Amino acid sequence: MSRIEGVLQTLKGQGRKALIPFITAGDPHPDETVGLMHTMVDAGVDIIELGVPFSDPMADGPVIQLACERALKYGTSLRRVLAMVSEFRKTNDTTPVVLMGYLNPVEAMGYEAFADAAVKAGVDGVLTVDLPPEEADDVAPMFAKRGLDPIFLLAPTTTDERIRAIADHSSGYVYYVSFNGVTGAAKINVDEVAAKVAHIHELTALPVGVGFGIRDAETAAAVGRVSDGVIVGSVLVDTIARNQTDIDALKRALTDLLNPMREALDSLAS
Amino acid sequence: MSVKLTEEMLTALPDARGHFGAFGGRFVSETLMDSLMTLEREYLRLKNDPEFQATFDKDLADYVGRPSPLYFAERLTRETGGAQIWLKREDLNHTGAHKVNNTIGQALLASFLGKKRIIAETGAGQHGVATATVCARLGLECHVFMGADDVQRQSLNVYRMKLLGAQVHAVQSGSRTLKDAMNDAMRDWVTNVEDTFYIIGTVAGPHPYPLLVRDFQSVIGRETRRQSLEKTGKLPDALVACVGGGSNAIGMFYPFLTDESVQLYGVEAGGHGIETGEHAAPLCAGRPGVLHGNRTYLMEDDDGQIASTHSVSAGLDYPGVGPEHSWLKDIGRANYVSVTDEEALEAFRMLTLVEGIMPALESAHAVAYAVKLAATMDKDQMVVINISGRGDKDIHTVAQLDGIEL
Repeated sequence: MSRIEGVLQTLKGQGRKALIPFITAGDPHPDETVGLMHTMVDAGVDIIELGVPFSDPMADGPVIQLACERALKYGTSLRRVLAMVSEFRKTNDTTPVVLMGYLNPVEAMGYEAFADAAVKAGVDGVLTVDLPPEEADDVAPMFAKRGLDPIFLLAPTTTDERIRAIADHSSGYVYYVSFNGVTGAAKINVDEVAAKVAHIHELTALPVGVGFGIRDAETAAAVGRVSDGVIVGSVLVDTIARNQTDIDALKRALTDLLNPMREALDSLAS
Repeated sequence: MSVKLTEEMLTALPDARGHFGAFGGRFVSETLMDSLMTLEREYLRLKNDPEFQATFDKDLADYVGRPSPLYFAERLTRETGGAQIWLKREDLNHTGAHKVNNTIGQALLASFLGKKRIIAETGAGQHGVATATVCARLGLECHVFMGADDVQRQSLNVYRMKLLGAQVHAVQSGSRTLKDAMNDAMRDWVTNVEDTFYIIGTVAGPHPYPLLVRDFQSVIGRETRRQSLEKTGKLPDALVACVGGGSNAIGMFYPFLTDESVQLYGVEAGGHGIETGEHAAPLCAGRPGVLHGNRTYLMEDDDGQIASTHSVSAGLDYPGVGPEHSWLKDIGRANYVSVTDEEALEAFRMLTLVEGIMPALESAHAVAYAVKLAATMDKDQMVVINISGRGDKDIHTVAQLDGIEL
């Protein structure tokens, strides 16, 4: 059983929901990322999605675009991100880490070389937003064979046929994008999300994490009520942007954002 | 390596998932997949629909003014002292470039799909103008994304688009050129996917765009083939076209792919020179990667980050290229070469002075290479240059380089 499956099964047994933060690796500076990961673990998160910066983040809104620019300014390459995960693993071997990003840095490194290095570094899952399952016939099984969970997106526009096919390629969890749009937009409709996630649950046994549009304890609880986990990204990245010169203040601000979300999610526990 | 292409091989490409050999495909986020599959299904149906084709052909004739002439550049040929140089005059199309062939076709598709809101990216502004034009004609809402730097250097086209009723969005992110315009167009599309049709201007992007843009632009090569046979009784020995994303080049090349005797030359933007790294020539100096929905040759660094590009010509200033060109390069059917900014500017002046035809700076790249090529060929041979657009839009750029304020 993968670290991701283990964590999600334990939570399920406890009737709890996963809190999954996303930050861009190397933002505000590559030397700070590991510290921020530990801060988030201390604030009660269950799985960390670590963004691999890319020069052309087409699925992201301005907040994460700027985070990529900050990280790239300091040379945050995919190899450097893997080194951050290795460093994180020195003192944490329980919190799963999912790398999330775009395909080209992985393609440039070479798929097998990347997969081997990722496993060695202690990465648990990989989500490349511009890699649909149709193009992942070779890659997804190769990742899975090495123990890396291939994680794919589902969207409001995804048909039933595709939900099934995508679930077949996935392990760990599936990531449901709550609305048509880029990251950081604020247009989530909880009723629509609830209906679609319930439908996804009918089509696959995999846990469903929901991301896009979750920005506070209230939206986290509303989405947590209908899913297996909530993914929080732009609001954290925006907090990093606003506190980039004072790391202690940044860590306090992240904790202050995540603590109420954790409490709100745990208050749902049945 | 060179492979003899047959009609059977060509009809099998792209494959069902949009691949040309190792290139192409559909690398987009999940939200867009359903829309792309619908577009593919509808296009494959309409492609063989007589009503759709008749409307397309009629618009090309009566609105665009096709066929565009194949013109013998007699004086240029004399000055060059080699093969006969002929010009395919896409610059004479309505809106002044080949881009309109494609926007007519895609706007027609949008109408058949019932989409009322159109988005497009643009570099030099030619595709933006061509899109705004067809939207004005069909009464469609039009949003054009354009890099902020390109908005500066192509202010004339920006104003044309506004006159045509389009909203022009100046894109401030990244390198503020064509690739960033395409990023923002994709972001708009993913947000408004239910009611929006994205008219991509080149043969790049996710499947089925490279296929349908190539089909719409192939009218260039089909006419050239027919005109060449009518006027000279034979096929050309060489075709030369500039390559940014590569739509005018593929439109010219495609109907000749199985004609082994016809040499194909795609001319990329060499910028300040390939050796300086400041250029936009992924086929000459890049490597395969994934960007904007397809796998193709790209300009990127060792870490897979997309590199900044440079060209005096905004329309060629793009780090990728259509996947079919990547395939044609790898199988050895087409040759990809580059010319520098300076050579292109020289060719711009030469064609203007010698033939009274002012080419777009993009097309001037093709002229620059073709003249070099023709000089090495026999006098009974024939080179066709695709003059993909006219140069009026570039007068400010050229004047500025001359130190003249207009």
